[in-house]
Amino acid sequence: MNSNGKKAILLILLCVVIAVVPLIVIKDSEFGGSDDAASQAISQLTGGEEYTPWFSPVYEPPGGETESLLFCLQAALGAGIFGYGIGVLKERRKYTKE
Amino acid sequence: MNKKQKKFVVALAIICLGASITPRVNAMHIMEGYLPLKFCIAWGIICIPFFAAGYFNLKRIVTEHRKALIVLAMCGAYAFVLSALKIPSVTGSSSHPTGTGLGAILFGPSVMSILGVIVLLFQALLLAHGGLTTLGANTFSMAIAGPFVAYAVYKLSLKCKLPKLTAVFLAAALGDLLTYCVTSLQLALAYPAEVGGVGASMVKFMGIFAVTQVPIAIIEGIVTALVVMTLSSYAGNELKEIGFMKGGIKNEQ
Repeated sequence: MNSNGKKAILLILLCVVIAVVPLIVIKDSEFGGSDDAASQAISQLTGGEEYTPWFSPVYEPPGGETESLLFCLQAALGAGIFGYGIGVLKERRKYTKE
Repeated sequence: MNKKQKKFVVALAIICLGASITPRVNAMHIMEGYLPLKFCIAWGIICIPFFAAGYFNLKRIVTEHRKALIVLAMCGAYAFVLSALKIPSVTGSSSHPTGTGLGAILFGPSVMSILGVIVLLFQALLLAHGGLTTLGANTFSMAIAGPFVAYAVYKLSLKCKLPKLTAVFLAAALGDLLTYCVTSLQLALAYPAEVGGVGASMVKFMGIFAVTQVPIAIIEGIVTALVVMTLSSYAGNELKEIGFMKGGIKNEQ
């Protein structure tokens, strides 16, 4: 493997470590979204009572399962197109070289 | 953009800036219904000139650099994937990268305003993540401020003679981080604290968004640098065509 490949693997490992360390170090947290934390802060700033949003989402996924499905779909669509692009470019280079 | 289009964008920018100041801007994704109406409108209006510039640039790329379209599609897809990844952070909450730095560096920041708003629309309509009323504010932070900062950091890093991949890392990471600083500012402007005003609120929101974002921004910087490394070895011609590969990437650094 060339030095670029090794560098890439090291860097990917570093990313994994950055993402996993909080899971191990911080025990009592659900890792909720930071926007939930922000809405609590807004409630505090507006005088302690729960802030009521003046507009509700047009469509809200009915529960966690459907939401994770849609998030998966988003990631899959993106990764699919991205992977297709890399594949096309890689193969093209292989054949134009010969 | 040609001269006529440039004049149009500048005129639009002046009009929109003027229009957005009038509704008293006393001045991540902000959730649906969490931003007072006048702020929603003001941020929306500020976005318009950037959309116009993005549209013209996108049109130019599509007609003049057809070969590079696959790379453009990949930049859009990259933002799509990255903004779906909710990564746990050291603050005990999680947040996601933006993925807008890559496209900004390769194609220029205005193009990302269009690609970014597509991602935000998907999340607002299907996931109740962000929102339609806050679309303008979220577009400004994620699809405009972030990419423009990424682009500026990239150019500046090259001026300072930093290696290209280091420049890409810094650009993507800082662009990501600034997105959430802008989100904090947007919320602080809308919800100034009783004691300390906008500044105190800004500190509060920065404590939530920006601190959570630091490790995630580092991850985005690393991944973006890896993607640029890969693209430069497989799509050198395309990158040359869009003016990215000037001088090439020295991989052994």
